[in-house]
Amino acid sequence: MSTTEVLLQQLITGLSNGMIIALIALGYTMVYGIIELINFAHGDLFMLGGFLALTIVGMLGLDATTGNATTFVAVGGLVAISAIFCGSLNWTIDRLAYKPLRRAPKLAPLVSAIGVSFVLMNIGLFWGGLPMDVFSDGVAAAAPKDFPALASNKNLLGEASDIRFTVKELMVLVITVPLMIGLTMYVKYTRTGKAMRAVAQNPIAAQLMGIDVNRVIGTTFIIGGALGGAASVIYSLYNNTIHFQMGYRAGMDAFTAAVLGGIGSLPGAMLGGLLIGLVRAMSDQYIEARWTNAVVFTILILILIFRPSGLLGARLREKV
Amino acid sequence: MSRWAQSRASWLKPDFVFLAVALVIPVLDLILPGFLQIGSQMRQIFLFAILGLGLNIVTGFTGLLHLGVAAFMAIGVYAFAILSSEIYPFRFGFWGALALTPVVGALAGLLLGAPTLRLRGDYLAIVTLGFGEIVQDVLRNVETVTKGTQGINPLPYPNVFGYEFVTETYQPWYFLFLGIVVLVVALNRNIENSRLGRAFISVREDELAATCMGINTVKIKLVAFALGAALCSLAGGLWASYLGSTGEPGNYDFQVSILAVCIVIVGGMGNISGVLLGALVMIGIDSLVLVQLTRYLQQQGLSSTANVMSMPNNWKYMIFGLALVLMMRFKPEGLLPSRRVKAELHHDEPPKPADRLCPNCGYPTGTSTVCTECGATVAASS
Repeated sequence: MSTTEVLLQQLITGLSNGMIIALIALGYTMVYGIIELINFAHGDLFMLGGFLALTIVGMLGLDATTGNATTFVAVGGLVAISAIFCGSLNWTIDRLAYKPLRRAPKLAPLVSAIGVSFVLMNIGLFWGGLPMDVFSDGVAAAAPKDFPALASNKNLLGEASDIRFTVKELMVLVITVPLMIGLTMYVKYTRTGKAMRAVAQNPIAAQLMGIDVNRVIGTTFIIGGALGGAASVIYSLYNNTIHFQMGYRAGMDAFTAAVLGGIGSLPGAMLGGLLIGLVRAMSDQYIEARWTNAVVFTILILILIFRPSGLLGARLREKV
Repeated sequence: MSRWAQSRASWLKPDFVFLAVALVIPVLDLILPGFLQIGSQMRQIFLFAILGLGLNIVTGFTGLLHLGVAAFMAIGVYAFAILSSEIYPFRFGFWGALALTPVVGALAGLLLGAPTLRLRGDYLAIVTLGFGEIVQDVLRNVETVTKGTQGINPLPYPNVFGYEFVTETYQPWYFLFLGIVVLVVALNRNIENSRLGRAFISVREDELAATCMGINTVKIKLVAFALGAALCSLAGGLWASYLGSTGEPGNYDFQVSILAVCIVIVGGMGNISGVLLGALVMIGIDSLVLVQLTRYLQQQGLSSTANVMSMPNNWKYMIFGLALVLMMRFKPEGLLPSRRVKAELHHDEPPKPADRLCPNCGYPTGTSTVCTECGATVAASS
């Protein structure tokens, strides 16, 4: 492979991973935009979505040999079920753990979210111990789980090509792009979307205009969680392995993406996700894979210090 | 209260109760050998008490959420190792290395704190978390200095008046750890009651008001950060010496940091005795109760590694997580609250006299029965 080809290949990989990161980042940025909470549990919610998807795949007995049409329907169904599951779980968590703390000092819900994150991680550990084939009959619950390659590794550019753009990468695009466009339209053109923007701008003023703020916050948690759930299915199909601690890593990448794009900004989260995906791919290739996480965290810290409003975020002055 | 009653009360303070319990445990262990192995596991509790007390300066007193204490512990571990190991030129021996470890930790704290402490609360929390991850990666990857995942070993054991410590007998270690905990508690008490401690607390309560009182908040936060980092490094140094090795860098991960946060929050943010209780409860659960329960259930055939849920020690994340969620929801001031934190967190519940307003002109009247603004009579406080 020539150096250009290597670069192109890393661009494809980076953008595909970036799309997934962006989808998770949207969940962080929406919740932060509306109640200024770093929803630390979001990554672990995403992880549970992957475990649910694997459970369903196991129950239906799907694997790489399943026919194309069935797989197509199944993947759509997995995305929908996982999204509904994560959306409702996120809403429930908000009701139980964050809602009672709305008036508490600002760090209280963050600490609570860290707690929720640990609880979900433990649920993931137990989930991996279910006596099912896909979880290797519950032995070694903590081990990474193989996710069947429903989307194939077939190169769409022809087997002769050195650059690989596979069915998997196409799948990532086909699922994430409509979701992002749909979200943007929803927030821009629907009444609920308008209410969300109003609450994000000023909750008290929004309430005075007759907006049910709690309902809007609930909707935000549902949508954010649903996007995380959808992302978890794509992530599992793309990487073919899931682990009960993957939420932390994916969550930190996505949070970095949200901060990089400007936390609270939807286009920011999408842009940030793509950039973090690219940075990871380039760092894997040109620095060293073992330094990639450190690179991402360094970016996170540098942005927080020098440009906390991110690339696309509005510059806000701290209110006293 | 008479002077005598006051001094008696001070001896009943939780600190001294803890000290008494800590002194009784090795005796108990002698009488009932092997009784739940409490004695040898107590070191873990002492270690986390020091870590918790370090975090308490940053989070409890100064109100900055710090999610990366494990990084400073790791810095302490490696600083101790590099300063004392035979394979490096320094070879300070146990006491010299242990004395220098907090200095290295404080410098690292200043290095991280100086650019970041101007950040808002939640952003600072994320920066400390990121720092923790970076430190782990650096320790793992810079193999020429840190020996990567193998760790640096062996490290010197302490030598007190010619008595060589060994791994097999835990009592000397026990009293060494306990002694250092006592010193750290004394240090914390002195800080709490000093000008510096009051400055910490004023920054926590209201940064703007603190600035108006002439406190340089950035400098005060930096001092808190450095002090916290120094104590966490001290804990790390002690731990390295006890292990006789640095262990793997992955041992000092996010979960250790969160465990420390749990200790401070469950015990009572900003209260030294509370942190000691928090360490006792949380580490007691983690390394005593769950471990012993697992062993017992396995002997009884009630739990096996084949069933992940039947092993009590697999529930620990659940327990830590629920502890954080439930404490935030129902008792954010902790089990042994600091009076000030409790008042702050429950300010919306009982109306304080100072919040009473004059019914005539709306001016706050405090405890006075006559309004200072318009002279109207205010109902006497109930």
